[in-house]
Amino acid sequence: MRVLSPKTVAEACAMLADSGGAAVPMAGCTDLLVHWPSNLAAHDRTYVDLTRVTDLRPVRWTDSHLELGALTTYWDIVTDARANREFPVLVAAARTVGAIQIQARGTWAGNIVNASPAADGVPALMACDATVVLASLARGGLTREEVRLDEFYQGYKQMRRRPDQLVEKIRVPRRSWAFSAFEKVGARRAQAITKVGAAVTRSDAAWRVVANSVAPTVRRCRAVERAIESGAAITRPEEFEPALRQDISPIDDIRSTAHYRGRVLARVLYFMLRGVAPGVT
Amino acid sequence: MSRDEQHIDVHLTLNGREVSTRVPAQERLLDTLRYRLGLPGSKEGCAEGECGACTVYLDGLPVCSCLVPTFQASGRDVKTIEAIEPASLRPMLDSGATQCGACTPGVVMTACWVRDHREILRAHSVRELMAGNLCRCTGYDGIVDGIEKMLGGPGSKP
Repeated sequence: MRVLSPKTVAEACAMLADSGGAAVPMAGCTDLLVHWPSNLAAHDRTYVDLTRVTDLRPVRWTDSHLELGALTTYWDIVTDARANREFPVLVAAARTVGAIQIQARGTWAGNIVNASPAADGVPALMACDATVVLASLARGGLTREEVRLDEFYQGYKQMRRRPDQLVEKIRVPRRSWAFSAFEKVGARRAQAITKVGAAVTRSDAAWRVVANSVAPTVRRCRAVERAIESGAAITRPEEFEPALRQDISPIDDIRSTAHYRGRVLARVLYFMLRGVAPGVT
Repeated sequence: MSRDEQHIDVHLTLNGREVSTRVPAQERLLDTLRYRLGLPGSKEGCAEGECGACTVYLDGLPVCSCLVPTFQASGRDVKTIEAIEPASLRPMLDSGATQCGACTPGVVMTACWVRDHREILRAHSVRELMAGNLCRCTGYDGIVDGIEKMLGGPGSKP
């Protein structure tokens, strides 16, 4: 195992490029170290430790966006007064991740590239139309590509990130949210991996419905969004199920069953949206 | 040096003292503290960030030292249970917050952090803040009572 320690984004990108796709960026290590000590052989590779790249740490507010650096942690957002005012759905999601010890270390960018379908930060970001900024070196200079988070995943753990690209930051447009909510169903409130979860927002008349742990990736539920937009009457949780069937493909696994996940997601959405979305009563 | 034997020099502030050591790249902060630096107070429970028995402060925030590669702590400030004044334990002992003791170092670390950052209680409950420390003996009520005593009783009760 080898660790490289860049000081700048350009150095980090150069290390990723030089490794020929073998090097893995590391940040808060809350996923990596769960597996690493017990099975080091499987993780014997080159890591690019980002924690010395100070540029990647801050939360930045521009006129139009909230920008989370690659090293921005959940706790950074939980304790950010402005984030609490403007992005309550991000704060709500962050507070469900592990507990303070994990929130203090885990990063939003790590949550994205770990690519778990059960990621809790990702649905909240996706429901806010976040984009992922990928930095890489091309012909000696830094180039950047910006990908919508809801187009970032292509399959289970498959992402539109080349191995030489670094998630430099996440950009979240600042909007006026008419509604936002996050719900996580797990075995207990804290320190639990999600059985089924949802983040929902509404801004400028458009709904976003995103679910986790019900598909190979965190999944934007466009059929549900259309159903809500249409204003069609939904008077029972089960009436979300036809739309949900188009959106999700839950499985039985160690934490839950496909049947439970589908039923519970319908109920989560119904009770979240009842009296809020037109038609859901 | 071969690829799989990379060692890294680490300089950190540990319980207020400057400390230097040299560790394998894959070494966890928990192991460095316990087996290299003579501080066995932080306990290993689950080794996956679930139980909080290994809680230390890294730059002033509680973290699971089982999930910190030691080299990442270089240049940073680490505080362990050994640096907590024993008197801090009194309210916990008085409230039945300890039994077998395996979780106690981590519980006390998080509890003292809450005591020292009580502004956090404007938005968080004690139970939410303590959710990262599992205790299989006390049922948690004693722990919460102990923290409320630490916080000074009525008036500061969250």
